[in-house]
This record gives sequence, structure tokens and C-alpha cells, in this order.
Amino acid sequence: MGERIAVRLTVNGKAHRVHTPPLKRLLDVLREDLRLTGTKEGCGEGECGACTVLLDGRTVNSCLVPAVHADGAKVVTVEGLGKGGALTKLQKAFVELGGAQCGICTPGMLMSAAALIKAAKGRVPSDPEVREALAGNLCRCTGYQRIVDAVRAAASKPAARKVARKRPPARKRVPARAAR
Amino acid sequence: MRTAVSTLSIERPRDLKQALRMLADSVAKARLIPLAGGTDLFVYLNAGTQQGSRFLDLGGLRELRGVRMGRRGGVTLGALENFRDLQRHAGLRKTFPSLIAAARQVGAEQIQNRATLGGNIANASPAGDSLPVLFAHDARVHALSVRGERVVPFAELYTGYRQLALAPDELIAAIELPPTPPRCIQFFRKVGTRAAQSISKVVFAGVLRVGRGGVDHARLAWGSVAATPVRSASAEAALLGASPSREVAGRARAALGSDITPIDDVRSQGSYRLEVAGNVLAQFLRATHPGFTRD
Repeated sequence: MGERIAVRLTVNGKAHRVHTPPLKRLLDVLREDLRLTGTKEGCGEGECGACTVLLDGRTVNSCLVPAVHADGAKVVTVEGLGKGGALTKLQKAFVELGGAQCGICTPGMLMSAAALIKAAKGRVPSDPEVREALAGNLCRCTGYQRIVDAVRAAASKPAARKVARKRPPARKRVPARAAR
Repeated sequence: MRTAVSTLSIERPRDLKQALRMLADSVAKARLIPLAGGTDLFVYLNAGTQQGSRFLDLGGLRELRGVRMGRRGGVTLGALENFRDLQRHAGLRKTFPSLIAAARQVGAEQIQNRATLGGNIANASPAGDSLPVLFAHDARVHALSVRGERVVPFAELYTGYRQLALAPDELIAAIELPPTPPRCIQFFRKVGTRAAQSISKVVFAGVLRVGRGGVDHARLAWGSVAATPVRSASAEAALLGASPSREVAGRARAALGSDITPIDDVRSQGSYRLEVAGNVLAQFLRATHPGFTRD
């Protein structure tokens, strides 16, 4: 028989210690041990991205990460995006612009999108950039255009958000202060 | 997950020396299976097809990381370097653009953040995206064991379908790319059902230089068209020494048929793969020198 190990990890800012088989998937540690069921399992083989979480700030498929590799790591799941019950700008944009249909892909889409928006540092990513960043997240409802619109709207200033569905927001970088 | 995780165990060495010792000690009983990024291993575990139940965690081994640029334009890449970090390396972007292009097309971002260059080699799939690039650049694989270091030229690395010329106690530690001859054109092209995630139908890396006396450096390396990554020796021979012309390009393309042995499988047909490989070669030659489009 195999053994169990102690894994210490921080999930959504909270420290946890779980006693787990070392090769248990991070996906299962999150869902079963920590009862964070926002992260979904889709394909279970790293194709669909439904189980995407941030591991030390980077997107990973949590179905391909062993618990042992989360030891000492900081994990962010979809539950960690908003504060309390409040939605983030990105989540609101998904709701308002129809970026979520059946919803299974949505937690993973949000995590990849959140990583992209953070990396863009205030710049609105172009349509191809958003598509590349979300290329590892499959939507079986095929609502891709609205997802891309929602991500770009969330990355742009409020005024540009209203026009996002008609035409893409200006690509020029807007200083952070002027954006508010 | 179809594998019972409670039956699996892992060794977590504190350094490379201990890792090599653990690996060597395991060979006589049940060999420890090295675990790097896990992006292939967990596919097999999830499917219930992974053999063995004891693993060796390479994750903490700093000795297997790092990108060391050589003074003359070569580079040594730690086997644990992942495809995301390779993409971001300024020196590599300048000297090995074809490796960067391949790194950008391995899976998608979630995979690139975890999957390692050493893992791509060790998984030994004929469709491994980085492998034609390593082949085209005359890579040398540094394998370590308790017995010492051994350098294996890429051409000798794969002995058959998913068979590596490595001993059971050897670990892939680093990949050395010698300097590319000056003024060479590098090229990478992956053909699949979509740009991200799909496993390639044909994957190609080329390095070519046209000097005063014609083509004087040619490396054409392929994946997904044979049981192992392959170089097309006949097509290279058709190019070497020749001045670029449409006719020479045609001869190289015709020669490809004897270099590669694509099969029919779930992803594509052999005949399609051969045709596409010819198209990709033609595209590469056109991009390298306008002479290849002229009579």
C-alpha cells in the first residue's frame, strides 16, 4: 500500500494542512478535502481546462497536479476571486455579457482570464491575445465570442465596457488613473 | 481517476545526488518512475494505464533547472525547465527562435506552465513538439546516474517507438544545444486540428543556410511521421551543395517519401501526412530563400 503525507498549502489566502496520498490530484484535494467544489472536473486529462486554478500565480490544470507539488504553494480557485459574496469586475462582465451558458467551463475560464488580466497590467489584451490565453479552456456551449468580449470588457475602463459588444474597445493603453 | 491513488507512493529526494542513489537502488526491485511536471504521467494515471506504483519526485531538484547561455551562442537547458519559462528567456528568444515557437505550441498555457523539456524527451512520444527542434539543432542529452555522466547525441536517443537509449538508473539532467552556424534560418511548424492542445499530425523543425556555393547546412527534422522523431537524410542530401531553385525544392520534396513512414491513426492518414510534410517543407524552403520558388 502507498503512504499518506502531510501537505501544507494556502488556498484563497487561508492556510490548510491535509493528510493525503502524495499523488492525489490537486483537483480532488480541493473538492474532497477542502470542500471547494467551484473547481470542476471536465476531461480529467488536461485538455479542457475546466479544473484550471492558479498555483503560485500560474494557471495549471489541477487534474494533472499531484498533491505533493502543492506542498508549500499558494493556490487560488474560483472561490478566491471575489471578496465575500461580491463578484469581481471580471465575473460581473461574464454575467452581463453572456459569458456563461451551462457554466461548467466558467470557473476555469475565469481563472485563465484573471491570470491574463493580471499579466496585462492595465492594458486591454487584444482579441487574439485573449483567445491564446484561453486556448486551453474549452466551452462545449461554444460561447467563445461572448467570453472573449467579457474578458476584454473587464480589462478595459468602464466607459469602454458598454461598447464592447458592438466594437472592440480602444487598444491603446489607458493610464490607470484616467481609467477611473 | 481510474488509478487507485492510495496505492501509489513517492520518494522526495533532497538533492540530485540522493535522487540518483534512490533511482539506482530501485532498479533491482521496482524502478522508481521519475515525476517532473506530471502533464503526461497524470494523463496515464487518470486513464489507469500507468505502470508501476512508486515514483521519484524531481520537483525540488534545483540542480536540474536553469538556462545557461554559452559564449558562442550555444545553450544548456536544465531538464526541469518548463515551456513557459523557456518562452520568456530573452537569450533563447534571440538564439533559438524555433525552440520558442515550439514551446508556445505545447498544449496550452496551463500545460506550458508545468510541462518540462526533459519530460517531453522522456515521454518519448513521436509527436513530442519540442523533439524535432532538438533534433534539428544537433542537441546532446546529458544523462546522469550514480555511475557518472553520459552525453547522448539526439540522433542516438530513440531506438524505437517510445524506446530511449537510457539505462534504467539514468536521469535526463540537461539538454545542450550547440551554437547554430551563423546566418542559418530556423523554422518550426506544427500541423494539427487546432493551434492549441491538439497533438500534431505533422510537426517539423528546419535549420538551413544558403552560402555562396549553395546550401551548406541543412537539418530537416520531423515528428508524428515515424515511430520516433526522424531527420530526413535524403531530403537533406538533395539540398546540400545545391543552389536554390524550384527544381531542387521539388527534388527534396520527392526524397521525403523515402525518409518518413507516416501511418494511419486516429488523428490522420499516412497519405495526408506525407502530402502535408511535403507542403511544410516547401513552405520552409520558400521562407528560407526566394531562389527555391524560381526556375
